[in-house]
Amino acid sequence: MNKTLLIIEREYFSRVKKKSFLLMTFLVPLLFIGMYALVIFIFIKGDNNLKQIRVLDQSGVFENKLADKKNLDFQYIKGNYVQAKKDLLESKADFLLYIPSNYESAKNIEIVSEKKPGLNVLGDIEDQMESILQDRRLIQAGIDTAVINQAKPKLSINARQITEEGEKDASVGASFVVGFVAAFLIYISLFIYGTQVMRGVIEEKTTRIIEVIVSSVKPFQLMLGKILGIGMVGLTQFLLWIALSAGLATLAGTLLINTDETKAKVEQLGKERAGMATAAGDTDADMLMNFTKAASTVDIPYIIGTFLFYFLGGYLIYSALFAAVGSAVDNETETQQFMLPITLPLIFTFIIGMNVIVNNPDSSLSFWLSMIPFTSPIAMIIRIPFGVPVWELALSMSLLIGGFIFTTWVAARIYRVGILMYGKKTSYKELAKWFLYKE
Amino acid sequence: MLSIRNIVKQYATHRALDDVSMEIEHGKIFGLLGPNGAGKTSLIRIINQITAPDNGQIFINGEKLNPSHITQIGYLPEERGLYKKMEIGEQMLYLARLKGMHKEEATRKIKYWFEKMEMQTWWHKKVEDLSKGMQQKVQFVATVVHEPKLIILDEPFSGFDPVNAELITKEILELNKKGATIIFSTHRMESVEQLCDNIALIHKSHKILDGSVKQIKNSYRNNTYQIEYTANGTDFKINDELFELLNQQKLGEGQQITLKLKEGKSSNDVLAYLIPQVHITQMTEVIPSINEIFIQKVTALN
Repeated sequence: MNKTLLIIEREYFSRVKKKSFLLMTFLVPLLFIGMYALVIFIFIKGDNNLKQIRVLDQSGVFENKLADKKNLDFQYIKGNYVQAKKDLLESKADFLLYIPSNYESAKNIEIVSEKKPGLNVLGDIEDQMESILQDRRLIQAGIDTAVINQAKPKLSINARQITEEGEKDASVGASFVVGFVAAFLIYISLFIYGTQVMRGVIEEKTTRIIEVIVSSVKPFQLMLGKILGIGMVGLTQFLLWIALSAGLATLAGTLLINTDETKAKVEQLGKERAGMATAAGDTDADMLMNFTKAASTVDIPYIIGTFLFYFLGGYLIYSALFAAVGSAVDNETETQQFMLPITLPLIFTFIIGMNVIVNNPDSSLSFWLSMIPFTSPIAMIIRIPFGVPVWELALSMSLLIGGFIFTTWVAARIYRVGILMYGKKTSYKELAKWFLYKE
Repeated sequence: MLSIRNIVKQYATHRALDDVSMEIEHGKIFGLLGPNGAGKTSLIRIINQITAPDNGQIFINGEKLNPSHITQIGYLPEERGLYKKMEIGEQMLYLARLKGMHKEEATRKIKYWFEKMEMQTWWHKKVEDLSKGMQQKVQFVATVVHEPKLIILDEPFSGFDPVNAELITKEILELNKKGATIIFSTHRMESVEQLCDNIALIHKSHKILDGSVKQIKNSYRNNTYQIEYTANGTDFKINDELFELLNQQKLGEGQQITLKLKEGKSSNDVLAYLIPQVHITQMTEVIPSINEIFIQKVTALN
């Protein structure tokens, strides 16, 4: 056991002391903050890519009624459709919106452009036209649109969960974001650190130091020491990331909120809400409010705790397999054939997770995926922000521990033979044979 | 010191060692000889407890081989290797501590060896910055730094330049004098013939011969002599009752002949016969090299 500690020590410090480790540790939070800042920036500035739209309205219904927006600029033209289309190519305008006089019966409104129009542009124009048309019909029917606007209800449902500890806000949006980020981090880090284990094994094999080492320690001790040492590197990196991100986020938050533009935006949002303004425009404000509210409902220590557990559990399972793969090959290019079955469950769970589990965290598929040790590190971490019964969590964790003991045992049996085999192309049949060798 | 009894090692389709037994005496230099693929490395791996035999047992000083013996064995594998990106001093320390040494003691010993091998300035260097020969020296130090009682050297001289090979040989002999038992494993039999007290020949998973080098050579002598002489005009006459002429060739001014004595005749008889006829400058007995003995033995087996 003492020797395993020595190996852990070497694996850990030889990596932590590397420049690339320091670089990753400081760069990644900066990148995250940068992305975060970028999102806020875009949110404030809006989509600056102004689209010019020529409107050829032969019905006269929409003339001067389509409202310019931050990314849309409407110009009204006269003439015939064929000529207008020709002109479009020579002009700077992006789109030509053609509304024939008989549009209501013929349903033949067209938009033409050189490039395909974006969905949001189309949607925006459609919304505006529908609303204008609706108003027009209401007035034609003798109904005062002001009355309708006042009567329009404005509701936002507060999702609340009843648990044994009492009621609490259930914020689906925040759960989604937290689950996604955590699952993504686990997914990526299982690959990063698993591959590091595999590279370490291959390095020892190709430099042939392996024979010196295994004449001093048991192959199992070496494999375990390597896995644990690199796992600790991963943990260190995560803890540093969490600390740094928290620090930087606070800093960036304070800086951003103090800029005038942000203040103005926030004030504007506030006013709009206060005045119970028109329907359009304040969905953004709602989202921001909801998000801030939701973020405060997330139990951060609980999330971080379970995250670290599932990262470690998943890492131990997969890195043992990666170690076995590393032992079976002579260089990294040969690893391909063995990597697929290892990475497949990870990719599968991640995709299923993003599409099924987040939408239905309590379905039976979600349940089973969060129990199977190969998929639970990702599946469970997506479910956790939505709330998971204690017994399910306990069962999943126990299965994960059992799973990693099992895979480590299997991997060790392959590893002990593989590390001493040079210059042989290995097949699955061969691996099975190694597994069956007795001590 | 080391008693190897009836070792069998079976790989999937190939039997690497078949009922191999040998005794290695304390304080001796032992040569484990045989061509590539004979099973030498398999046996060494078993002694190092890297793999386990399918059958048979190994005893060290009467004790059954167990993990506690690891600290007493120093092993230089045929395939040399060190961590390329790790500092040499640190690496030595790591390897010594894996062999069970304490940090302080290991540091002292490493410094001692670095000084002895004139590599004091290498401590903070990385392996990738050293030449092949320098790496070999580092590897040798890693093998002996924990003062093993049994040193196993697999193909020790491959990769060494003549100067370093000489240096390493000197160190090995010194360690042997201090009481360490040495096992040389090599397929280049002539390289260790002079160093070894005892040898074992391994061929196709079987031990085909073992014993002291002197005895083996003695038992393979076959009354063959090489004689150099200068003839004064006329050559000597062949005497079929005394010897059989195996070879005759010109050698500078004189002649060299190889001859085999007939049963019951001695080298003195030949000399007495030849001296009156030619001028003899040299006479040596032809003693077969281990390599020749090996070939002879293998041919006989087939």
